[in-house]
Amino acid sequence: MEVIKIKGTDDTPNVVLDAETGTFEISGRSLPEDVAAFYEPIIEWLDLYAKSPMAKTVFDFKLEYFNTASSKLLLDVLLKLEDMADDGNEVLVRWHYPDDDEDMQEAGEEYADIVDVPFEQVSYTVD
Amino acid sequence: MENTDQRHDSLDFVFEIYQKMKKNKVNLAYEGEITHQITKAFTSLTETNMSAEEDYNSVQKKVFHVMVECLQNISKHADQRSVVSSKDGRGLFLVSKGEEEYNVTTGNVIKNDKVESLKKMLENINNLDKEGLKQIYKQQIKEGRLSEKDGAGLGFIDIARKTGEKLIYSFLPIDDESSFFILISTISRKKL
Repeated sequence: MEVIKIKGTDDTPNVVLDAETGTFEISGRSLPEDVAAFYEPIIEWLDLYAKSPMAKTVFDFKLEYFNTASSKLLLDVLLKLEDMADDGNEVLVRWHYPDDDEDMQEAGEEYADIVDVPFEQVSYTVD
Repeated sequence: MENTDQRHDSLDFVFEIYQKMKKNKVNLAYEGEITHQITKAFTSLTETNMSAEEDYNSVQKKVFHVMVECLQNISKHADQRSVVSSKDGRGLFLVSKGEEEYNVTTGNVIKNDKVESLKKMLENINNLDKEGLKQIYKQQIKEGRLSEKDGAGLGFIDIARKTGEKLIYSFLPIDDESSFFILISTISRKKL
């Protein structure tokens, strides 16, 4: 499968989707000018990947910031992962948040409530 | 040619604005179209100022959040649009900083027929506690996916949640068709 690698900027996240190495990651900041256009290829890639996923898919979210417009698209990504889990695949979402950022921690907890997929909260220290 | 009186008036006007901004501790004021570039410029400017002022990290993040949502509200929903590109709404945007708090203020024109539903939405948000806001946020984010327009007021809900304060708002009549919608969001500078 084609690899998606998008380098993050000050308003778009870093995205890596690589079925060869098993790297699935969205990190950084997300407030793109056109959220739908930004996330469309990611959703399409996941649709394709879902047809023959790896034995275990671990998806890392490590966001510093996302706006409400992005929050809906992030939910779309999570729902794709939920579909994969529903189809009997092993999926794990790892939600990374800075240990001093309660809002980001809470955002992860809320997503975990909304989608039915194994969810792990991982805190990290920012220096 | 302009006469001297008119010129004096405009000089007075500049000084008046300056004094009023100082008095209200306004450190950013803008009236015009809100493009993506403007949003990026304002947020990064404020971020730089805040880190120089050594505000708490959590406070900086909240101010950033509120600014982005407020600017996007104007950009998407103001009923006075840019002459260059109708995708960008116009409005007034102010950031002021007091000893205790930051205030992010927006003002924009909206059609009178939208006032009632917007008022209701804001009242509803102000009547909810922390848990209620969380529930409505989750509900809206799910429903919002289905519609092209934003899941009604996700931005306002987010502002209320991030600040932990009530939204302050007002609708001032302009004419038969439009009103001026003012929204003030307050972010405490103390660590929450």
